[in-house]
Amino acid sequence: MSKEKNKEIKIKIDGKSYKCIVGEKILDVAKRNNIFIPSLCHHPDLNIKANCRVCVVEIKGYNRLTTSCSTTVCEGMEIFTNSPKVKLSRNTNLKLIFAAHIEKCVDCTTRFDCELLSLAKRYGLNIANFKDRKGKRKTYKFSNSVEIDGSQCIDCRNCIDACSNIQKINYLKKEGKGYKQEIVPVEDKNIDCIYCGQCALHCPVASAQEQYDWDDVENILKNKKGKTLIAMIAPSTRISIGEVFGFPYGYNAAGQMVTALKKLGFDQVIDVNLGADITTLVEAEELLERLGDKKAKLPMITSCCPAWVKYLEFYRPDLIPHLTTSRSPQIHLGGVIKTYWAKKKNIKPKDIITVSIMPCTAKKFESRRSELKINGLYPVDEVITVRELAFLIKKNGIDFKNLKPEKSNDLFNDGSGAAVIYGASGGVMESALRTANHFICKDSKKAKICHSRIEFKEVRGMKGIKEAKIDLDGKKLNVAVVNGIGNINDILPKLNKYHYIEVMACPGGCIGGGGQIIPSSVEIVQKRMEGLYNSDRNEKIRTAHDNKDAVEAVNWVKNSKLSHKVLHTKYINRKNK
Amino acid sequence: MVNILDKIKKAGLVGRGGASFPVNLKWQAVKNEKRSEKYLVINGAEGEPGIHKDAYIINNYPEELMFGIKIALDFIKAKKIYFYLNKNLYSSKNKLNKIANAIGLKGKIIFFLKPIDSGYIAGEESTILNIIEGKNIEPRLRPPFPTCSGLYGMPTLINNIETIYNVYLVSKNKYQNKRFYSVNFDKKNKGVYFLPENLTIKQILKETDNYPDYDFFVQIGGDASGEVLNSKQLNKKVDGAGSITVYNLEKHIPEKLIKYWLSFFRDNSCGQCTPCREGTYRLYEMFENFGLKMAKEKNFTDLCDNLFLSSFCALGTAVPIAILSYFKNVYEPLIVSQKKIKGLEKNVKRKK
Repeated sequence: MSKEKNKEIKIKIDGKSYKCIVGEKILDVAKRNNIFIPSLCHHPDLNIKANCRVCVVEIKGYNRLTTSCSTTVCEGMEIFTNSPKVKLSRNTNLKLIFAAHIEKCVDCTTRFDCELLSLAKRYGLNIANFKDRKGKRKTYKFSNSVEIDGSQCIDCRNCIDACSNIQKINYLKKEGKGYKQEIVPVEDKNIDCIYCGQCALHCPVASAQEQYDWDDVENILKNKKGKTLIAMIAPSTRISIGEVFGFPYGYNAAGQMVTALKKLGFDQVIDVNLGADITTLVEAEELLERLGDKKAKLPMITSCCPAWVKYLEFYRPDLIPHLTTSRSPQIHLGGVIKTYWAKKKNIKPKDIITVSIMPCTAKKFESRRSELKINGLYPVDEVITVRELAFLIKKNGIDFKNLKPEKSNDLFNDGSGAAVIYGASGGVMESALRTANHFICKDSKKAKICHSRIEFKEVRGMKGIKEAKIDLDGKKLNVAVVNGIGNINDILPKLNKYHYIEVMACPGGCIGGGGQIIPSSVEIVQKRMEGLYNSDRNEKIRTAHDNKDAVEAVNWVKNSKLSHKVLHTKYINRKNK
Repeated sequence: MVNILDKIKKAGLVGRGGASFPVNLKWQAVKNEKRSEKYLVINGAEGEPGIHKDAYIINNYPEELMFGIKIALDFIKAKKIYFYLNKNLYSSKNKLNKIANAIGLKGKIIFFLKPIDSGYIAGEESTILNIIEGKNIEPRLRPPFPTCSGLYGMPTLINNIETIYNVYLVSKNKYQNKRFYSVNFDKKNKGVYFLPENLTIKQILKETDNYPDYDFFVQIGGDASGEVLNSKQLNKKVDGAGSITVYNLEKHIPEKLIKYWLSFFRDNSCGQCTPCREGTYRLYEMFENFGLKMAKEKNFTDLCDNLFLSSFCALGTAVPIAILSYFKNVYEPLIVSQKKIKGLEKNVKRKK
């Protein structure tokens, strides 16, 4: 068998000959050769299920059709992607799927990039051929983050697979059978949603999606009422948003984002990179404090991923003392805007509305944690996903691709290279290590050598668990990065081996977040990741402690005795008792 | 023991679950697998309406059946046997277990009750594997085939009760190319008959003294998924599942039959694939809206063709068989001949 594995064979698709390798699926060979075969339930991150049946093809010699996503090529196979039989089945199945999916296009964030609509157009289908049948289906809302709208579900089950096989949360299940079946949350009280949004990221028809807030944002923009509107852009969103507008993978479109947000009506755009630099400063300091304190809880674990925080609060509240008390970048930035920035600009904090653009659905949940309030105000007023922003840009007819890039704000710079890489799994760890390394040995004899250590490539990449031994001025640090909550159980049993651990709930980190641009897959996430690290390499300032604006903001907060209100937070035991 | 495979091959045994797959190929495939852990699953779901042979075999030939199971077990060297039985057959568990113990199968055999309300699909072989493993009641994607990756990912031989009974006959050189036919009248079972497999429908009805003296038509190969033939089409063999159900042409109510078939499939579709989950729902909906006139709609033919062409499993591909053949072989000739039958005027309750 193994000898056979890499054997090259020839097949024919629609009369033309193509080379492929034993074991490849027909759909993959077609894609590689730019032959279009529609597919809905197929997702490269998930096991092949072959249940939507729209990728059917005809193989010479066979009476019935076969699904190209699941069928392996054989030498001499002759495949037809558009024969009368294929047309009949593909079109009928698409029409049936349309009738199982109530079109709520007006408010749907995927309206401009809808796979279903584009297929209907491509094949000239009457999408109302059958009557919609799911009008009475429920919408299940998970906190204020994610929802599954049963009236739009096409029963492909990608959400279940994302939740169970990738994230290993097992929060979703199929209930009932046949036409009555439905995706529902499990009743088990010991299982809860962590709001990561991977279900939404893998849903082909936006039945699972963020609970959108773009309409609120639109209202705010329409009725300013003297408020100062500030948009905050997350590190990873600049790398992915371009994909919607025809930029190549990994392209840093921060400048276009700033221009677009101003065109939408925001007064200011401030980069969450600056917030990330603040987070790094606070977290690195805490790490060193803990390392120096024999009574302190180790390992210290990152807390900037709100889905991970929810996981820990629900499943392992006993570990709460391990979480860094540092707030997350969006909350840091929102807090600094409503204190330091407001003071400098002489604007009343209550007259500022902050809207953050996030790659994440759980950030919506994080923004409503009441313990984060500063003098009665939420640091972040609205959170929209980068998908929602792309939708708003299209909805308002803004020609994103041809926008003249602008720099973000006057008072705050757009952050360091260490902040950009927050978007990738391992990035928070690397940023904190850059700064901790500087803090710990800035006065030592090796100052020059250690200051030159910028890159910690050991913690980069897509491996599920990344481990490294780091030398901080003679101190040996065992660190680990958990890339995707599905890998968490590989680390939890051996926590005491480590000093510092980063956890990101989504595979790849925020760049593969549940609020990210669709389509997203491991392969796409890797391309985006390269974009993040390129941006870091091109920055003049690559460490948080060299970002003077961030340092100044932190110092101001500390001197104003606002540390606890603006820089740190606490966590809540959410275990079901 | 290699001997038994040759015998099976020579006898030309095919699976009697309905798919008629050559038994020797299945056995050989499992045998060829190198892994030490293998399973044997005996399928006694008997879920196709109109088929009563498994119950008949269990009642009349339990020893022979259990010996057949032992032969299969010894041949593939299975670790465990799962004897999967529907509720009716499960009541014979104690009797079967006693025989099993007596012939050295003690501790090897697990009697597994087909879940209540699991429906038609719970007789499909890969679905049975899912059920035993506690997964969704629906078929698995193939390949991999159960013969190489079956129960718990291990090579698994799944055979129907009648198939195993035939293996026993073959081993004793008693196999005479016979099979079990269930003969029913309007869904009531008249009897199960053991007759040569190459008999025509007409011969079977005559030999069993069941040939009606009135105008009739038949459905062969199961009351749900079998083909419908008129009384001039009876010179063919019974393929697939072994049943002949006789309907009185004069007395039958076309709408009632159509409704039975369509609701059966709609309610028994596992829901995994689009053509079956949505298609069976839409066919039933069309029946509610159009009654027998549905057959003239383009959507009707598209849905039927699509079920055959693109369904995930054999349940889906079987959906159109009965209705299409009924329309073609019975209903249309009836309309063309302008023959008046009472049932034609009768409508059944459509919208609930």
